Amino acid sequence: MHDGAERVGLVVVSHSARLAAGVAEVAGQMAPDVTVAAAGGTADGGIGTDFDAVSEALARVGAAAVLYDLGSARMVAELAVESLDDPSRVVLVDAPLVEGAVAAAVAAQGGADLAAVASAARAAGSEPEVAAPAEGEEIRVRLTNEIGLHARPAALTARTLSELDASVTVRFGDKSADGTSVLALMALGARGGDEVVVSATGRQSDDALRAFADLAARDFDE
Amino acid sequence: MACTAESVADAVRAAAAVVASHRDELVALDRAIGDGDHGENLNRGFTAVVAALDEGTPDTPAAVLKLVASTLISKVGGAAGPLYGTAFLRASAVVKDAAELGPAEVVAALEAALGGVVARGKAEVGDKTMVDALSPAVEAARSADSVSELLTAAAEAARAGAESTEPLVARKGRASYLGERSAGHVDPGARSTALILGSFAAGPVR
Repeated sequence: MHDGAERVGLVVVSHSARLAAGVAEVAGQMAPDVTVAAAGGTADGGIGTDFDAVSEALARVGAAAVLYDLGSARMVAELAVESLDDPSRVVLVDAPLVEGAVAAAVAAQGGADLAAVASAARAAGSEPEVAAPAEGEEIRVRLTNEIGLHARPAALTARTLSELDASVTVRFGDKSADGTSVLALMALGARGGDEVVVSATGRQSDDALRAFADLAARDFDE
Repeated sequence: MACTAESVADAVRAAAAVVASHRDELVALDRAIGDGDHGENLNRGFTAVVAALDEGTPDTPAAVLKLVASTLISKVGGAAGPLYGTAFLRASAVVKDAAELGPAEVVAALEAALGGVVARGKAEVGDKTMVDALSPAVEAARSADSVSELLTAAAEAARAGAESTEPLVARKGRASYLGERSAGHVDPGARSTALILGSFAAGPVR
């Protein structure tokens, strides 16, 4: 991330206040420094999408990815974006709401720009890409925390690695994952006791391998 | 005769009245194939529109249409809010600051409204949506000579268009999740479009 630049935020637009708040909660857990604004339900607490609430949520963030649940939430979000003084500061993203919000939040936490955050959310809808094994240094790491590379450990790993100038691949069995993709890391299914192979290329490849080994040694701060 | 801001406001009040009196019908249609809130949402929106007009009628037809748009966008919680809101917003933009609307302006407003609904909802004729009522209405309006005639022609075409949605399988909106089971019901959005255009034709806009 550029020095002093604000992290990209997230706006979650849903027909339900509780759904919007819940998605924001799950995404926020992965990204403590990202503003995740929820706009769900109608003004009177019913099911629907409220233009004014969406506009207020947009006002709470700067550059932001906007995710929505169903068709009319998209339409209300579109209208609210069109009504901004600078509509180009946000991107409406067609992505699965929960996976997309988590992927976007982690990307934003790592300092990704708006386009990269949006594309992380969109990619959450497809099968995790099989990462080409990065040529270069390689280490074997045994996971000693109980849940392995799941949820928070995966998020912490993706966040840590995405801050480095390195391309990192984590392999487990015949599966491999981009080290900066929380969903791909989780899809490896590596649990406590499993051994993963981590390889890295790029200017900070050594730092990346050291960082991964370090995180695993600390049981990912679990 | 042409329509002034006052007569556009009267037409909108007539639409609010017809939405109120058909609220239960729209709720029932939407309950069959949607989420059941169309009648309630639209009635809430138009009630708020009338309240806003009661504060004072804006000076131009465009300003009336814009007030209707912003009120519907804010007050209707479902898809009807952004769809009708965009329709009225685009209609407002196209008639600019004209003090009175003649047939050409009203046709342009209807065309702009249709364009807005299509852009917002990404639906085509045959998808079982508002477009199935609004699109033939615009087509019919083009061939009439006076505002009164064109509104009558538009209303009749919209009514037929709404009825034509009954056998269709929905391809857009909440009803599309039902697949084949959406057939056999009139689309609530097409029905409300026909009701609103019908109220314009029957109202004092002449």
